[in-house]
Amino acid sequence: MTAATESTVNGAIGQSPKRVEDDRFIRGMGNYVDDVQLPGMLHMAIYRSPFAHATINSIDTSRALAMPGVVACITGQDLVAHGLAWMPTLAGDTQAVLATDKVRFQGQEVVCVIAKTSYQAEDALEGIDVDYDPLPVIVDPKRALDADAPIIRSDLEGKTDNHIFTWESGDAEATDRVFAEADIVIKLDTLYPRIHPAPMETCGAVADYNKATGKMTIHLTSQAPHAHRTLFAMVAGLPEQKLRIISPDVGGGFGNKVPIYPGYVVATAASLLIGKPVKWVESRTENLMSTGFARDYHMEGELAATKDGKMLGLRANVLADHGAFNAQAQPSKWPAGFFNIATGSYDLQAAHCKVDGVYTNKAPGGIAYRCSFRVTEAAYLIERLVDNLAHETGIDAAELRKQNFIQPEQFPYKSPMGWEYDSGDYEKAMNIALELVGYEELRKEQAEKRAKGEVMGIGFSSFTEIVGAGMSKICDIAGLAMIDSAELRIHPTGKGVLKLGVQSQGQGHETTFAQIVANELGIPYTDIAVEHGDTDHTPYGLGTYASRSTPTGGAATAIVARKLREKARQIAAHLLECAPDDLEFDSGTFTVKGSPEKSKTIQECVFGAYQSDLPDDMEKGFEDVTYYDAPEMTYPFGTYICVVDIDKGTGQVKVRKFVAVDDCGTRINPMIVDGQIHGGLTQGFGTAMMELISFDEDGNCFGGNFMDYLIPTAVESPDWTLGECTTPSPHHPFGAKGVGESPTVGSPQAFVNAVVDALHPYGITNIDMPLSSHKVWKVLRDAGVTDE
Amino acid sequence: MLPSTFEYVAPTSLDEALQALVAGAGDAKIMSGGQSLLPMMKLRLASPGTIIDLNGIAGLDTLEEVDGMLHIGALVRHGEIERSELIRDRYPMMRDASLHLADPLIRNRGTFCGSLAHGDPAGDWATVAATLGAEIHAVGPDGAVVHSAIDFQTSMFETQLGSDQILVEVRIPAPKPGQGSAYLKIERKVGDYAAAAVGVMIVVDGGTITEASIGLTNVGPLTIHAADAAASLVGKSIDDAAAFEEAGRLAMEISEPSSDLRGPEEYKRDLVRVLTKRALRTAGARAQGKEA
Amino acid sequence: MSDKMIVKATVNGEECEALVEPRTLLVHMIRESLHLTGTHIGCDTTSCGACTVLLDGKPVKSCTILAVQANGREIATVEGLETAAGLSVVQEGFKEEHGLHCGYCTPGMMMTVTALLEENPDPTEDEIRKAISGNLCRCTGYVNIIKAVQYAAGKKEGAAA
Repeated sequence: MTAATESTVNGAIGQSPKRVEDDRFIRGMGNYVDDVQLPGMLHMAIYRSPFAHATINSIDTSRALAMPGVVACITGQDLVAHGLAWMPTLAGDTQAVLATDKVRFQGQEVVCVIAKTSYQAEDALEGIDVDYDPLPVIVDPKRALDADAPIIRSDLEGKTDNHIFTWESGDAEATDRVFAEADIVIKLDTLYPRIHPAPMETCGAVADYNKATGKMTIHLTSQAPHAHRTLFAMVAGLPEQKLRIISPDVGGGFGNKVPIYPGYVVATAASLLIGKPVKWVESRTENLMSTGFARDYHMEGELAATKDGKMLGLRANVLADHGAFNAQAQPSKWPAGFFNIATGSYDLQAAHCKVDGVYTNKAPGGIAYRCSFRVTEAAYLIERLVDNLAHETGIDAAELRKQNFIQPEQFPYKSPMGWEYDSGDYEKAMNIALELVGYEELRKEQAEKRAKGEVMGIGFSSFTEIVGAGMSKICDIAGLAMIDSAELRIHPTGKGVLKLGVQSQGQGHETTFAQIVANELGIPYTDIAVEHGDTDHTPYGLGTYASRSTPTGGAATAIVARKLREKARQIAAHLLECAPDDLEFDSGTFTVKGSPEKSKTIQECVFGAYQSDLPDDMEKGFEDVTYYDAPEMTYPFGTYICVVDIDKGTGQVKVRKFVAVDDCGTRINPMIVDGQIHGGLTQGFGTAMMELISFDEDGNCFGGNFMDYLIPTAVESPDWTLGECTTPSPHHPFGAKGVGESPTVGSPQAFVNAVVDALHPYGITNIDMPLSSHKVWKVLRDAGVTDE
Repeated sequence: MLPSTFEYVAPTSLDEALQALVAGAGDAKIMSGGQSLLPMMKLRLASPGTIIDLNGIAGLDTLEEVDGMLHIGALVRHGEIERSELIRDRYPMMRDASLHLADPLIRNRGTFCGSLAHGDPAGDWATVAATLGAEIHAVGPDGAVVHSAIDFQTSMFETQLGSDQILVEVRIPAPKPGQGSAYLKIERKVGDYAAAAVGVMIVVDGGTITEASIGLTNVGPLTIHAADAAASLVGKSIDDAAAFEEAGRLAMEISEPSSDLRGPEEYKRDLVRVLTKRALRTAGARAQGKEA
Repeated sequence: MSDKMIVKATVNGEECEALVEPRTLLVHMIRESLHLTGTHIGCDTTSCGACTVLLDGKPVKSCTILAVQANGREIATVEGLETAAGLSVVQEGFKEEHGLHCGYCTPGMMMTVTALLEENPDPTEDEIRKAISGNLCRCTGYVNIIKAVQYAAGKKEGAAA
């Protein structure tokens, strides 16, 4: 890493300029997919299965076709002719685009109706007649593995069970040895329940085929437009140069807009076949019932330790419920993502984990919801185990963590499951958090309250993250290396454009990436326009998720700017008639060492690049492109402390205080970093307290709308107290690590630990999320605690 | 999630509205705020052939005390009740309920009377109206009709309101000296229906409860009037904790909640007990002029 | 039985006319007939508030009002917040305090806040939280939205003084 120099340029790294993109959002002039209105545009609606598992005997669309405005009804059989009835998933499985043989989850896509208006399309759904034979339903992943369980994926040749994969990591024998020597083994059997990212904008597409040019333009809610273009080309057999994906403003993604959904594919096929633009925007119900869910990890964890609290080893056994198709979005080689980061912030001697993926009659997914590929589940497991170890040993939860943290001098640190952590100072973050929360006083207060029969708890999470995928040697998606790119051109007047392969869904890239250029070149950030999201006009990239934009696209931006800075240095030397090495660069000006009166601004150098007088061997122009392949992942970390009060009468949990100290390395725009943390903490709060997608035994989905899938309002959401700690990444060009997902990864276990801490006197060691009032109430009543 | 087609009628008088109702031949629905009806229509759980919109009829927006009765017209929005000084000063149970009903945006459109006509046992206003002894005034082809709020609901989404009647006003007896009331609701988040909610009204004279009324929301197929629980309080001291406990127990006994995502039956029953006690304490304090 | 009807309304101070089916939701008239796409749709169950507009000055969910019910009424959308004098204090507050990320809930949120400050020029944090509790935001955690409202309230007071 080259340390970010303190620049005085407007918008340089470390400053918090207001966001450039806000100028259109606050005027209602954002441009989201549903805002796209094209002449002659048709509207698509999807008829979905009411059953979770059923054979399709017949599909009759004749009534629908006779209804006003209906242009076409597309069934799975219609797609068979085009080889599109099934599509590959990012996880190497196949997924039905429209069901042909049978339906496998409630809400599965069966027929698409194309009509002149959205209202007519919706009307026509009532004219679709499908004859089903219901089949036995599997909602419990444990039951899915029974020998007599019905086979969900009967379409897969030779498939005789519902098992998808087994993945192991770590050293099982070494782990057994440390467990054999341990005084204490803490066991935890917990479910990280099925939840949903639920961005405020649902998924959608407007496919616009131009017969004359043969060009297909798809306006798509996409976090990864380039990768999506390539996948569309592969799936639909469309020539990639004739495919343009425009991901305009995206109304939140959080991983939900990484996969390719059947609606996108059918809308595109329909536009191709009909020759008119076709819009499909899913309803909230469709979004929650059918698109990428997250988590659903049944975890059995064991933590081995000595009686004085030295943590020795970790064992984890996971049953992963992937739903009806294995459509999770993970790097190809990682069937359980980076779950093997599960040793977290602690220096363990040995660890082993085993993950089994299974099919059930539920929506497909398992996407990385604001998360690097299962790191959320991993962080949850270890942090829950550590708090339980604290209760078991009687050692204070903060002290126990400090005793077991990987120490600053141990970095780069090789974890027992094979990761090399780049940097960290865990105790420092912990100490800041303890100070901010007033820890000693709180424990005294808790003791006093307990004596009076009041219920209060304090919970910790000292998480370590793994982000920035990253590292083509281990990370690809569908064979595409997980690199990212930046293309920078400065025009003769010294103002320019930066084009990115990553795509913002609210992260503020138009501001922060311009700040990176400002920092490197000394050009004010307001002079750099940032473009992204249009595959015809930006360099290739794998997109924005897993907190990878700053680690990859941000690195590419810094490097391309540095390449151009070197060119500027050559030009300055040429103009000032000195050697390039005689120049110093600061805040956008090259100065001859020892002769402050001899200088050239970056803008003068840029103008020079477009003039006739250049060094003989230098090309004209001032632009370059960089494709960045990260040498390592980055490892942000932090300590979160949550304080709760519980109402004994109603079981309601009130978060009184929550302190979050994050270390994400160098912060480009501290205002935006804080905003990301606020938002992620609130999502973590939702996960811990109220969000849930559940099913009855017939596979009926609960949580399919915002009356049942509860996301917090301003009234429930706690206030957040933020602290800061900065340990720059040693391998990132300016020391940044990425921050978007840290709070969702780090916070849920802090809430749960706080509630378990509050209820521990009543013999409780676990409550699974969400921490509904009635669950807390039951613990209290079972323990004989009444309301007064 | 869009409604099916219907005919839209916007009468400017109650007579016109009644005619439209007759013309609708049982397939017409009255709309005032539409905050319950339209969501059901969007989900196509309801597809009326005709919508009769009351919003153009003058004179249905009364919110005032007249001759010892609070009059609430058919077009009075929840938000008007929430913001009314009269309600804040004299009908604290209504104010409590208004603050926790749906969300602030829905409260700006939905109406008190429409909520009652909707007949949802999860409706907070039905409990408030029953607990405060409201009269429900409707008009039909044969003129004015008055229903009692206590037994107004007949089954889920059904009320005593005839299919040819329009609910035009609700009247609530003005508070007596020494009256206090409160409404307590447990919801998972803003906008949720109650896991359980309890409304209580008591009249206190010289430290003794002389009159009591208790209503329960969303803990049975209908809004529940907990008469035994209320009766048990009469003659008891306002400081009698055991009496409150007993009232809570009796209210719990009469509730018949079903298990759902808001919690199991036994949780909701216990909430009724706890909320009844707490609401009584608040109402008691208010009756004695102490805001709690 | 459901012939199209003409709706005449004042939208952001201008007389507008649209031909709609009775079942057309107000939000669709605003977005598709009047092409004011700043008003968004985020759910089907009247839960999210992304579609919030002011109807005769009161914030309401335009997905749960029929377009025909807006006949003769005044509607204000996000597009009308900026005037010749510049951004409204609410718009300014959202930008200054980083009260938005993806921008999707923002127009609805700003309409609710605009109405709040008309009614209560100096709201407490608790009052702000309650007032915006019909508008869901998935990005910000509401912290900076609250600051944005406080900023706007301060600005408004400053202008009035």
